[in-house]
Amino acid sequence: MTTVIPTLPPALRRKRRRERARTLAFLSPWLIGFGFFFLYPLLSTVYFSFTHYDGYLAPVFSGFRNWDFVFTKYPPFWQGLGNTLWLVAVMVTLRVAFGLGVGLLVTKVKTGSGFFRTAFYLPYLAPPVAATMAFAFLLNPGTGPVNHLLGEIGLPQPGWFTDPSWSKPALTMLAMWGIGDLMVIFMAALLDVPREQYEAAELDGASAPQRFRFVTLPNIAPIVVFAVVTGVIQAMQYYTQAIVAGKVASGVIGGSGQQFESGYPHGSTWTLPQMVYNLGFQHYDYGSACVVALILFALTMAFTSILLRRRSGFLTED
Amino acid sequence: MTRRAPSARRRSLAGITAAVCATLLASACTGTNSGGGQDGSASGQDVTITFWHGWSQDNEVKAINDNVAAFEKLHPNIHVKVVGNIADDKAQQALRAGGPDAPDVVSSFSTDNVGKFCSSHVWADLAPMLAKDGVDPAKTFPAAMLKYSQYQGNQCSLPLLGDAYGLFYNKTAFAAAGITAPPRTFGEFAEDAAKLTVTDGDSYKQLGFMPNYHGYETAIAHYLGQYGSTYFGPDGKSDIATDPTVAAALGWQKQLVDRLGGFDKLEKYRTSFGDEFSAKNPFTTGQVAMSLDGEWRTASLAEDKPDFEWATAPFPVPDDQASTYGRGYQTGTIVGIANGSRKQTAAWTFVKYLTTDTDAVVSFANAIHNVPSTLAALDSPKLEADPNFRTFVDIAKNPNSSTTPASVNGGAYQVSLQNLSFRVESGEQGDLKAGLTATAKEIDDAVNQAK
Repeated sequence: MTTVIPTLPPALRRKRRRERARTLAFLSPWLIGFGFFFLYPLLSTVYFSFTHYDGYLAPVFSGFRNWDFVFTKYPPFWQGLGNTLWLVAVMVTLRVAFGLGVGLLVTKVKTGSGFFRTAFYLPYLAPPVAATMAFAFLLNPGTGPVNHLLGEIGLPQPGWFTDPSWSKPALTMLAMWGIGDLMVIFMAALLDVPREQYEAAELDGASAPQRFRFVTLPNIAPIVVFAVVTGVIQAMQYYTQAIVAGKVASGVIGGSGQQFESGYPHGSTWTLPQMVYNLGFQHYDYGSACVVALILFALTMAFTSILLRRRSGFLTED
Repeated sequence: MTRRAPSARRRSLAGITAAVCATLLASACTGTNSGGGQDGSASGQDVTITFWHGWSQDNEVKAINDNVAAFEKLHPNIHVKVVGNIADDKAQQALRAGGPDAPDVVSSFSTDNVGKFCSSHVWADLAPMLAKDGVDPAKTFPAAMLKYSQYQGNQCSLPLLGDAYGLFYNKTAFAAAGITAPPRTFGEFAEDAAKLTVTDGDSYKQLGFMPNYHGYETAIAHYLGQYGSTYFGPDGKSDIATDPTVAAALGWQKQLVDRLGGFDKLEKYRTSFGDEFSAKNPFTTGQVAMSLDGEWRTASLAEDKPDFEWATAPFPVPDDQASTYGRGYQTGTIVGIANGSRKQTAAWTFVKYLTTDTDAVVSFANAIHNVPSTLAALDSPKLEADPNFRTFVDIAKNPNSSTTPASVNGGAYQVSLQNLSFRVESGEQGDLKAGLTATAKEIDDAVNQAK
């Protein structure tokens, strides 16, 4: 059924066309970027996930074969998914908590605050590869100074990056060491909390924990949500540090008959982004790589949507 | 005047969007095209071909450039544009994209990719060219090298120098332990490894041998080279669960790990090793008395001059295969011609020179201390081979030497087997048979997925 709507006067129609054209002109840089760098790759990924494609020969439609392979015939998928979710849950939580703690510390410290701010921010400037290699050196179970020190004071000496039960905590420590970005953001937010609210709370007899709970936290809630959302996105894309730590700790260069084992040790640092790379560029299975990429995208979108929804609810209450 | 409802316009917009997307997607799906051989080089016409290789060190680049210069002197009408330090990933993308700047001849350090190069036909099948010029591959190249340069009958690459794996042993430590000759069987080897091990509290002053799979070249595939394991049966399916040599290798390694101190103790000692390709290599520093390594280490040791006497020998073989002593694992560099190249005649002339001209192969091997890749070059009197290097030449000539076969999905089957081997040595996978069965299924599923 065709709906009939009244015709607009020509002058008004021309004006509206001009307005649309102007709007589109202003939007065009973003639209072009969105189209080429997001929409096209996304649609391509969806398309290739339903094809058998080895990167050389033209893709052939294969239905849900790649999806079936990833979910039922590729055991490393579930380990990679578990590790990625572990990083999202533990690494993000600890990073935000530690970043907030350091932010509080550097805003409260009166003497030497400049030193502390610099000391906590500097590690963030280290390139991820260099920082990871430095950590692998420090935490080397055989020769690293950390284990040497732990041994001196009679504490157990973990295998860190060579022990499957310690590798993810070691990566989390590395992430917390480079907390500088969050520290700066939290510091700015904390300094923006109105002083009079603290004064009022003090007059009401609020203790320090109560002032943090009822004054500080509500004021910086949007920043906490921002830190969590960006942290989740980073954790879902976790790749460089895991690869470098695994490669350095395993000592394996790789080559014929001696493949580098991504996720060393025992797949404990194996994440979904590594899986995308390995399936695509080592197994020549671009279709399955696209499936994992889409799962990664869907998970990231789901986490982000949930967090933003909770944030809007929180702000309404506030 | 009527206007279409918004819903109808949205449908049109969606249709246009879909069409645009389909066009864009289709444009991304380029396949490889066939090249040709009528480039005129055979009749003396000037032709320039592009050769991509992965060598990057000064002596290697000089060696390959010298080789190219010698070729151009022999074939003045064929000019070779050399591009070095190219990794497989980059070469693959260039071959896929094609165009005037794409390489005509490509070499790769990884024999694991041969299956993909051949099955996708991105590298041209060289069999017709070999036949036309009367080159019999079986009489020209060692069997293991020929095996890793082809996939299911498609000879899309040829070997260009090789690596062979053998035993390096510390003669000074051997003498101190009262050992007079290098071990020939795994039984003798385990005894010697134990005798050569000197503990130091919860670590070692000297370890006889580092058996752990992360001990640099002690990968499961290199151990399996001593057993002659096949990896795939005649039906193309993984035979690791049915080939008894695989279980035997995993079981023997686990026994040696336990005998030398256990996985955790060895693994902690392993983390004290320096870089493999440096003077801090644990064999060079004396941290281990025996090492499974490739022929290139002879040059490194000669340069690093460790403070002990050393020598080489074939790596031992299983006790029940004592007659095969002298074999070893082999791999190497491969070279092929882009299927999309329009200058395949000139490219083949160049590849044939690089891979089958005895003097060219020998001079290149002498320059970069790799094992020659033709039977004639292995026997050439011009080959500079002291007794330590000669060990590896003999391993390359040994008909029992073996390699990891080409697979349609590269080295994925090796990764699956490696992952199992790590779980076995650490004790995490106690039921070896169940582990092998599950891993064989994983390999088959991955191969089927890639086909």
